[in-house]
Order: sequence, then C-alpha cells, then structure tokens
Amino acid sequence: MKTNKIKILFIVLTLIVILPFTIFAEERLKLATTTSTENTGLLKALLPPFENRNNCKIDVIAVGTGQSLKLGEQGDVDVVLVHAPELEEKFVKDGYGINRQYVMYNDFIIVGPPEDLAKIKGSKVAKEALAKIAATQTPFVSRGDKSGTHTKELAIWKAVNIKPAGNWYIESGKGMGEVLNMANEKKAYTLSDRGTYLAYREKTTSIILCEGDPILGNPYHIIEVNPGKFPHVKKELASKLIEWVTSKEGQQIIHDFKDKNGNPLFIPTAGQKWQ
Amino acid sequence: MHFIVEGLNTAFLLIVTLNREVFEIVLFTLKVSFWGTLLSTLFGVPLGFLIAIKDFPGKAVIHTFLNALMALPTVVVGLTVYAFISRQGPLGEWGLLFSPGAVIIGQWILATPLICALTISATQSVDTKVGLTALTLGANFVQEAFAILREARFSLFAAIIAGFGRVIAEVGAAMMLGGNIRGYTRTMTTAIALETSKGEFGFGLALGFILMTIALAINFLFTYLQRRR
Repeated sequence: MKTNKIKILFIVLTLIVILPFTIFAEERLKLATTTSTENTGLLKALLPPFENRNNCKIDVIAVGTGQSLKLGEQGDVDVVLVHAPELEEKFVKDGYGINRQYVMYNDFIIVGPPEDLAKIKGSKVAKEALAKIAATQTPFVSRGDKSGTHTKELAIWKAVNIKPAGNWYIESGKGMGEVLNMANEKKAYTLSDRGTYLAYREKTTSIILCEGDPILGNPYHIIEVNPGKFPHVKKELASKLIEWVTSKEGQQIIHDFKDKNGNPLFIPTAGQKWQ
Repeated sequence: MHFIVEGLNTAFLLIVTLNREVFEIVLFTLKVSFWGTLLSTLFGVPLGFLIAIKDFPGKAVIHTFLNALMALPTVVVGLTVYAFISRQGPLGEWGLLFSPGAVIIGQWILATPLICALTISATQSVDTKVGLTALTLGANFVQEAFAILREARFSLFAAIIAGFGRVIAEVGAAMMLGGNIRGYTRTMTTAIALETSKGEFGFGLALGFILMTIALAINFLFTYLQRRR
C-alpha cells in the first residue's frame, strides 16, 4: 500500500509541475527580426520598457532577414525589423508593409586570415577587395541564407560584375557566429557585421581587412505589417512600437548599448533617410 | 576539445547558480514534451492496437506507411504543420503559430507514428490466447483490448519512452512552429541550436549536457515504473 501512496504522490507532483499553460493576460506582439539584432542583446535592452508601459509582451522571432520578410508577407507576425533595403522596398511596394522607419545603422567589414593571401589589407573599396579574392580564388565563406548580410554580400559581387562560383566560394547556410568560426577554421575571408565580429574576436584569428566603404553601410528599418492586407495584426501596438524605437528615449537606449568590451554596436538614426 | 571542457564547466555553473533562463527553458521543454507524448500515446496506442488486431484490405500498406513516417525529418513535419497553421493556411484563423500549442502539435504528429508502429508490434507479439481467454471469461471488446494491452505493457512502456525521446530531442519542428521565442517557446534543443549558430559551442554543449542529464533522470524513472508494474 505504501508504494501506491508514493506513486500517487509522485503523479500529483508531476501534474503540478506539468500544469497546462496559463493564459497570458497581456497582449502579445509578434516581431520578426534578424539574428544580428537579437544575438547582440540589443532587443533585451530596448523592448522591456515598452513592454512594461504597454502591458504587453513582444515575441521576438529571430530568423534571417529573408525569412522575417516572408513571415510578414504571410501575416504571421505584426512587425519586422530587418536590414536589407532592396528587399524591404519590394516588401513595401508589394503592399505587405507600411510605416517603414529608419531605426539604426552599423557597418559590415571584410575579415580574413592575417596571412591575407589575396592582399586586400587596408582596402578602402569593398568591391575591389572581393574582386581580388575572386581572382586569386582564396576561400571565402558566404552566409548563403538570404540574410541581410548575405544580401549585402551579393550586392557587392554584383557591383563588380562577378558571379562567385567554385570550390573557393563556400555557401554555408549558417548564422554569422558559425560563419566566422568556419572562416577561422578554413583560413577564409568573409563578410561580417561589425557587432558579431567584435563579440567573436577572442575566438578567432581573423582580422579586419576592409572597412569604411560606404557600400558596407548596414541600415536597419522597422516596418509594420500592413493591416489592410491582414486585419488580424495588432496595428496599434505595432505602430506604438515603431514610435518607441524611433523616439528620443528609444534611440538613447540604442546609442548607449555596448557589447561586453564597451564597443557601441549600433548608431541611432531615426528621422534620417537611408540613400 | 576545449569547448567540451568549457561545456562541462558551464553546465555545472548554470545548474549550481540556478540560472533563471535555463530553468525556464528546461521547464518549458518538460511541459511540451509531456503533453506531446501524452497526446501521441492517446492517439497512437488505440490506433496501433486496432491496426494490429483487425484484418483489412491495405493493412500492409498502412503499416509500411507508418514505418516510413518515422523516418520523416523533424523539420519536414515542422514545415507541413506550419503550412496548416500559418495565417495563409486553412487553420490560420486560430493564430496558433509561434505558440507553445504549436510546438505540442508538432511533437504530437512526430511521436504518434512511432508509438503507433511500436504498439502494433507490441500487440502482435502478445499470445492470441490472451485475447481468447478474455472473451471466454465474458469480456466485451474494450475489456479484451485492455487485457491484451496489459499483457503487452512492457513493450508499450518502451513505446512511450521512445516517443518521449523522439519529441524531447527534436529541434526542427519546435524551431519552425515555436519560433524559439525567448521566455515563451524556447526549448532546450532550440536554445542549443541558437547558441551553436552564434558560435557559442561551449554554451550549446552545456545545455546539451543538462538535457542529457534530464533525459537520463526521466528514463531511469520510467524504467523504474516499468519494472514495478
């Protein structure tokens, strides 16, 4: 009989732990964004004040830019925060997004092994650097996943009229951290956003070989999913969120946000226009 | 090699400091895996039993189909369910996507074929005399079924353990359907995938070690219960 009591007690305890999910009292807003925004930890700093003031929770779905915009096109999220201007413009033009606002900016860099076999060190023109890499066929790791970084990389190849192909061009289909790791292992070049590289710097021997070219600019925009197309989206909360991230206070949080080594990762740019 | 050691150290630290985020992730994982396994059992066992004992045209085809379903990659199951519950899908109105419920649905679909197929084989290996004896003692269909299943309980338990293993270890469906939302739908496996994609292999391994420990503990428990009955 004692063993039965133990069994019953155990079952009761398990059920308590495994209780069905409580129905959340707050409203939930779905934000699709890129891995670079989420992984830097910026959203963890930027969103809670908004959540508290509006008694809501923001569900951050961090996938590549391509997937984020796709989620917007399907009406599966309420708002998107991405960094691929051409894709975004198409998104808005096709009627999926409204109220597109410029939020912040950082830049991309080309990193690679200290040996720098393609001799691109100190390059100020990104497309020339990539052209040299292609010409010498030194290994280059691409994100290959329609992310903002990948989109930028393709734009630079296009600017110098090269279609990268061959064993030296490695299309990994992986996130930025993993790609930096791969580039380190294979002594290859890659295009990275500065924030992820800085966060990863101690784990890699890759160094910055090309930076500062205006084409390497990386603008982030926030876009509301069009309630005209998708009546179910939380349009008041979504437009309030856009107001928040472009407000003085929100922009200040972005400005003050630094990585663990004290480097600022994003430059707030609300009110400006990305060319 | 160093990140294996790093992983072990980090795992130890995370447990000892009762890291809140990790605890939330563990609890959420246990919750969805429990419900996913429960639903799959409620569907898979009766279905498997019926398929095993009844003779009908196309029985072999169905059995083969079920076995094939077990080989489905989890991300394919995720994509298929996604197609249904996305706003564009037929069940879009319910707004299920990116919620704990969606993860449970995905796991339910993943584990049901497995539990079903194992129930079929468990049922088929029970001596036919058991069912016949029950009938001679005046059992109706349901009572006969329970008699047979009781006889096969050891293998049924193994089926449930297998189903549980399948759902707690999968990442494809949970990622697609839950969205890996921090504090809401992040499971141990999606958290590991995230850390790995950030290049944080040590942390990813740490979570992996914690997951292994929990899976071990639960399996010890299940096996204990299996023996006692």
